[in-house]
Amino acid sequence: MTSATLAGLVGAALVGLGLYGLIATAQPLRKILSFNLMGSGVFLVFGIVARKGAAAGLQADPVPQAMVITGIVVAFAASALAVALVLRLFEETGQATLNPDAWTKPSDDGAKPE
Amino acid sequence: MILLQALDIGLAFLVFAVAAWTIFARGAFAATVGYVVYGLLLSLVWIRLFAVDVALTEAAIGSGVTGILLIGAAARLRGAEAAADEEQPSGFSRLAIASLCVLVALALAAVVLLFADQGPSLAPQAMQHLPETGLGNPVTAVLIAYRAFDTMLEKVVLVLAVVGVWSLAADKYWGGAPGEARAERPEPTLAFLAQILAPLGILVGVHIFWVGADEPGGAFQGGAILAAMWMIVMMARLTEAPQTRARWLRLALVAGPLVFLAAGVGGAIFAGGFFAYPPGFAKPVILFIEAFMVLTIAVTLPMLVTGPPRREPRR
Repeated sequence: MTSATLAGLVGAALVGLGLYGLIATAQPLRKILSFNLMGSGVFLVFGIVARKGAAAGLQADPVPQAMVITGIVVAFAASALAVALVLRLFEETGQATLNPDAWTKPSDDGAKPE
Repeated sequence: MILLQALDIGLAFLVFAVAAWTIFARGAFAATVGYVVYGLLLSLVWIRLFAVDVALTEAAIGSGVTGILLIGAAARLRGAEAAADEEQPSGFSRLAIASLCVLVALALAAVVLLFADQGPSLAPQAMQHLPETGLGNPVTAVLIAYRAFDTMLEKVVLVLAVVGVWSLAADKYWGGAPGEARAERPEPTLAFLAQILAPLGILVGVHIFWVGADEPGGAFQGGAILAAMWMIVMMARLTEAPQTRARWLRLALVAGPLVFLAAGVGGAIFAGGFFAYPPGFAKPVILFIEAFMVLTIAVTLPMLVTGPPRREPRR
């Protein structure tokens, strides 16, 4: 088995792991983390497309590589926005959960904590 | 050859194990620390795929900057963890989810195994036109020349993300500074680290940007390193984040995409095509665009990590 195929299999496993974390964990922050894990698995599978496109004296096709670089940066931007949303939710409700019933506890009468 | 193969297999297991740790670890803080390690290991896999530019980006942004973002958030959310964990799906649904995910992974693995040994490639075209760009690194050529429009829009995404993060500020803080204020007496260890590391890191960041024209590296990687240096100095509280209403900050945020777009329009007028670069003059134009991109990345990433303004603006 070549190292490219092995890396591709790791990518496939990462997608599975990330997907599991995205669905099965309850904390939003860990969902964001899982989503990033899944994304890096997808990038890795795309990376072996680059490696198998080795030609013209290059060890890997530069086009998928450039797209993965763009992807990593965009994934970071999206994660930063998601994390900011979770932190704001926490500030407003004192909870970090996606369950809307838990957001307004009877103790604070549904009022926004200042 | 056998040694390399053994290393590959070991690396694959290690990446998988650390990834599993980030999913199944008990505390969110431990999971995020695991994610940083995972990112660094993953960049080794990228090196084994001969994608050094991607490896640099993964190490700097995927592992480093994302890691700081997640660790910071995990520390602040620690108090809310237990309540959220109560909503974890039951054992039976977790089993169902796991089997679904195994199926997805197996299907993807089958696709990977079915790939032809020699896939379709744009490498010949990329190499054929490389001399016209004056660059030596085909990945940089794809980013700044062949797919310039993509890269410009990606800068716009970064700016939009900053706008989104800042919009989450409470009304009274709008225009104020995010993050912690400068400390009178910074924590000595962190301050020492920042004072030693930052000057060297700035040098390395500029170098990575500069050699990116011909060797692995480039605007993203160099900009991310510069961003990390600024973040270290802010974390040591030797300095504080600027007010978000500061004009220089807002100009620096949009400089990259604006200069890039201007160069694209300039190409339409002078070189006969949107984002076409004038023949024989391509490399100076590309380096000019990249310099402003580095600036924008070095300013955007710390602003995304420090989050929305948390102090009232000073008049």
